[in-house]
Amino acid sequence: MQAEEKFTYETWPAEPEKATLEAKNKFLGFWFFLGGETVLFATLFATYLALKDKVPSADHALAKDIFEIPLAFAATMLLLTSSLTSVYAMYHMKNFNFKKMQLWLGLTVALGAAFLVLEIYEFYHYVHAFGHTFTSSAFGSAFYTLVGFHGGHVAFGLAWIITLMVRNSKRGLNLYNAPKFYVASLYWHFIDVVWVFIFTVVYLMGMVG
Amino acid sequence: MSTYAQKKGFGAVLWDYLTTVDHKKIAILYLIAGGFFFILGGLEALFIRIQLAVPNNDFVSAGFYNEILTMHGTTMIFLAAMPLVFAFMNAVMPLQIGARDVAFPFLNSLGFWLFFFGGVFLNLSWFLGGAPDAGWTSYASLAMASETHGIDFYALGLQISGAGTLIGGINFLVTIVNMRAPGMTYMRMPMFTWATFVTSALILFAFPPLTVGLFLLIFDRMFGSNFFDVANGGNTIIWEHLFWIFGHPEVYILILPAFGIFSEIFAIFSRKRLFGYSSMVFATVLIGFLGFMVWAHHMFTTGLGPIANAIFAVATMAIAVPTGIKIFNWMFTMWGGSIKFTTPMLWAVAFIPSFVAGGVTGVMLASAAADYQYHDSYFVVAHFHYVIVGGVVFALFAGAHLYWPKMFGTMLNETLGKVTFWLFLIGFHLTFFIQHFLGLMGMPRRIFTFLPGQGLETGNLISSIGAIFMAIATIVLLINVIMTQVKNEKVGNDPWGDGRTLEWAIASPPPFYNFKQLPLVRGLDAYWLEKMEGKNGMTPAEPLGDIHMPNNSFIPFVISLGLFIAAFGAMYRAETSWGLLVLILGMAVTLGAMFVRSIKDDHGFHIHKEDLMDDDNDKGVKA
Repeated sequence: MQAEEKFTYETWPAEPEKATLEAKNKFLGFWFFLGGETVLFATLFATYLALKDKVPSADHALAKDIFEIPLAFAATMLLLTSSLTSVYAMYHMKNFNFKKMQLWLGLTVALGAAFLVLEIYEFYHYVHAFGHTFTSSAFGSAFYTLVGFHGGHVAFGLAWIITLMVRNSKRGLNLYNAPKFYVASLYWHFIDVVWVFIFTVVYLMGMVG
Repeated sequence: MSTYAQKKGFGAVLWDYLTTVDHKKIAILYLIAGGFFFILGGLEALFIRIQLAVPNNDFVSAGFYNEILTMHGTTMIFLAAMPLVFAFMNAVMPLQIGARDVAFPFLNSLGFWLFFFGGVFLNLSWFLGGAPDAGWTSYASLAMASETHGIDFYALGLQISGAGTLIGGINFLVTIVNMRAPGMTYMRMPMFTWATFVTSALILFAFPPLTVGLFLLIFDRMFGSNFFDVANGGNTIIWEHLFWIFGHPEVYILILPAFGIFSEIFAIFSRKRLFGYSSMVFATVLIGFLGFMVWAHHMFTTGLGPIANAIFAVATMAIAVPTGIKIFNWMFTMWGGSIKFTTPMLWAVAFIPSFVAGGVTGVMLASAAADYQYHDSYFVVAHFHYVIVGGVVFALFAGAHLYWPKMFGTMLNETLGKVTFWLFLIGFHLTFFIQHFLGLMGMPRRIFTFLPGQGLETGNLISSIGAIFMAIATIVLLINVIMTQVKNEKVGNDPWGDGRTLEWAIASPPPFYNFKQLPLVRGLDAYWLEKMEGKNGMTPAEPLGDIHMPNNSFIPFVISLGLFIAAFGAMYRAETSWGLLVLILGMAVTLGAMFVRSIKDDHGFHIHKEDLMDDDNDKGVKA
């Protein structure tokens, strides 16, 4: 099967993300990359746990003073839903329905952007209400590094998905861009999984002290 | 391919190498860049040995000595040994599995240029205010106190080159999983390919902790965070853990490919199948697995407590078992074989006792209680030079001689090769054997001078004399390389006469598409099997058809250049007005280049069947 070939609903292969050798390589390579990313975030989590509530003096705010469940819960819901919408997008990609794929990807981007806005507000709030900054304590450094790395991944993922949507808006699906959409959605799921751990380790465990 | 054979001008060749995505040319780039840094690291080693040749020497100052020893270790590990290992992986592994290129040719090029710019950035520290001076391990308590920009060069440079290594690792993994020729099952893969596979997995899981560690260091030194600032709640032990969670697998990342090269050499020059192939595969995988379980043996004296120390001590000693399996398999491969003592074989035979000596001291150091005595002494220096030089560097020299004809189409001179070998072997043992005893007598490592009358004079002088032997050996090798390339006597597919694996079944150097038709692999040592049945080449597994090849690209160079520029911005951001601007500019170049790569379709091109039929530089492979 050729990457540039034109397809219809009937001729579209069952697994377009793995139909060519280049696609198979991209698919597997991206899984390996996510393996490396897992270790990267595991390391950041370990650093955060080692430095949680490590502050220079008693007048610094600690995890239990800072974190509030409603905000973190809203962010979690936004990101979890965006993962679901990206699943729908890939469902339509596999069914060769480009328009619906774009629609669901658009929703994914909107939810991801809303998450990012909440996160920026959250950081702003911590800095101004608690003086909890990147440089105020080791706790602050570890918190902003862990959650910030995740936020950076979200921002990169948004830019990536938008680029793919705009670049391919005129020409529809083929076996050259289908794997690109697929690995972008894999990346988006990965970001979501990392957030589940952040919600648990940073926010829930932060509430219990 | 008539245009391909034409003599090209210097500019065209340069542009070709700047944009190449061909694994064989990238291998040559790695070999040249790695070789250059190897000589640089060697010069730094000579400075160390000159300074320590006599007591109370003032050849270099104490501060400069710290910079030299830091750069010697950092350069040799990250900028010499790793890229040279990558050179052989790139040159040989795709040929061994019968592939036309790696899975991601573009990323292969990106990996090289990231490594290259990272290495150049690190070494520019010599001219821009001083090199890093906290040792190659750059422990945070030292690194945070260092006043020059040296540590910043270290953290940023390694971050850039580390990204390149990670990309290379993923690339090799996918290549081996997805692109093996028909019939090439996992248990028919040559040992060097197996070693590449396990090494790449180690790279994938070991480099991210280093990435994080370096980020923390960068943030602390350049952006005011407090990870290692104890007064603000930080903890310097975090760096030690992150560094060694990376650092210990790193030594297996270096030694496993060395084991792979030696496995090939023992089989070829004993004219025998590798003894215990399955157990060799098992041992390689087991070493890779255990390599992640032992990092805290570098931290026995940090104070983790007796239980942690005991667990890590036992895990460390366990690695001696799979390594022992390998040693015996190599010896049994030679047993009863018809051995030819060529230059690569000499290195391989010398490797066994040298490496075993390093392994024995390794088990000694693994006993946590005894390690309190050895720690930070020259005993440790002797140990790791026995395994790294006696293992890795020997393998790099052996591999260079073995694969030179496959990479360049001409053989290195055997006589000069043997001169190199004997000089280096003698010099190596002269330099490092005595250091065991210097260490046991109490000489601490990383010390810039020592006093007379403590019984350390003779040992240090002998050690320094040995270093001169190794320097001469390297010069002889360089002369050999120049002479060989000037003469340029072309050789055939299988210049050693006893090649066993697929790379020896095709021309030296191979055409840029490697295999006109993918070969059919019928067992371990695929080419040897065919030869034993009287054939002079592989049976093709497919009819002659169009071959799909990737396009060259300049984008990898630009992406890497952007990070190189951004690193200067990050470093000078706090003290200059232009730093932030340069940081943003550099990142814009990198991200812009990535954006261009993303939106510009790159389908590659096809070599047409008719052109392949005209091309008669293959011998014997006919449909």
